[in-house]
Amino acid sequence: MAERVAIELVLNGARRRVEVEPHHTLLDALRDDLALTGAKSCCLVGECGACTVMVDGRAVDSCLVLAAEVAGADVRTVEGLAPAGGGLSTLQAKFLEHGAVQCGYCIPGQLMAAQALLETTPQPSDPEIEEGLAGNLCRCACYEQIFDAVRETAATAVVEPRAPAAAAR
Amino acid sequence: MQPFAYSRPGTLAEAVALLEERGPGARVLAGGTDLLIRLRDGSLDPEVVVDVKRVPELAPGIRADDGRLVIGATTTMTEIAAHPVIRHEFAALADAAAYVGSVQIRNRATLAGNLCNASPAADTAPALLVHGAVVVAAGPEGTRRIPLDAFFVRSGVTTLARGELVTAVDLPLPSTRLASAHERRTRRRGHDLAAVTMAVGVDARGAARLAFGSVGPRPVVRVDDTATLGDRSATDADVDAILDRLLGDAAPSRTSMRASPGYRLAMLRVLARRARATALGRLADG
Repeated sequence: MAERVAIELVLNGARRRVEVEPHHTLLDALRDDLALTGAKSCCLVGECGACTVMVDGRAVDSCLVLAAEVAGADVRTVEGLAPAGGGLSTLQAKFLEHGAVQCGYCIPGQLMAAQALLETTPQPSDPEIEEGLAGNLCRCACYEQIFDAVRETAATAVVEPRAPAAAAR
Repeated sequence: MQPFAYSRPGTLAEAVALLEERGPGARVLAGGTDLLIRLRDGSLDPEVVVDVKRVPELAPGIRADDGRLVIGATTTMTEIAAHPVIRHEFAALADAAAYVGSVQIRNRATLAGNLCNASPAADTAPALLVHGAVVVAAGPEGTRRIPLDAFFVRSGVTTLARGELVTAVDLPLPSTRLASAHERRTRRRGHDLAAVTMAVGVDARGAARLAFGSVGPRPVVRVDDTATLGDRSATDADVDAILDRLLGDAAPSRTSMRASPGYRLAMLRVLARRARATALGRLADG
């Protein structure tokens, strides 16, 4: 059995140290070692986006990243979206207002893909929203409601990239 | 996933030594968007996965150097698609990088990974072949430069030797601009593997190069030495006659589930006409 790998990362703004199995993905580590079950396990081949999180400010499929690879990285999950004082972020609130959530399984991934899109492209065009969310499938087919929520967030709120916490590298 | 060891060498020498020692027991990890799928489905079962992202010689980045544009091995599709020099001078490559997977995939998938997998459908291969890309590889015997056309063998197989790994991809910055465009055909819009890929490049003297993939064991490049494709006044019949010759040896798989051979061959011609039209338009736009 291969040795476990000790990694340090910044997770939702807090510095964390964890030992991971070398063959475990970031998704495995988040769910099983770090008790963050927002990112969902679904297709496990990078097609559905349910496991989307942000690594160093970019949306990635956490099922296709080894946990050991994020040593020193800034990782953000859906659990880090809501403001520290409670309540919801504007993006989360707009998802609810527009009825973008039915079964909800894809929503943590949709939110993180949308968050990454709005941080890099604060005023996305409709094709940019489509492309930004093309890696996230919704079997309830709430696509129009999700697009509306993203469009309205862009129109009403300023989504700024959170300054990454001091690098753990 | 079956257990394996994880190694993250900090120097090129360390990476090369490990790959040479372990041979097929080691697999290189760059972006991981193909490797992790194959580790999970069991089609690969290495003893050690070698993460090369902390090797300085393979660092992401795009820079001009001595008449070439040098793209670091671990540069992602996102960075390639957005780079201003690539978008202007090597437009087909920017087109192709922007087509790969989804945002999530493009944020991880690397240029060297796309080439080393040697998929016949590799999105960036036709564009790089059209622009005469050279693969820079480091190994136990030192560094060598491999023209991309001499890099691909067949699906999953390259001419890299044991212990060798790609450090960068070089693109010659041409004295005469080669305007290019990439087209692909997929089963659905959005996130899908290509059933046909095509890149066409034309220059002001009428010279044209055309490369395509997913219709044979490896991507191929063809040169139009008649100056027909680069001539905007050429008739459709003239263009089609040249395409019939250049595309004549395409041999799509009879068993692929993505598209039938007949469909691929028909689309190959359609995409070639479209890519040529876009490339001629870009040439005219300067």
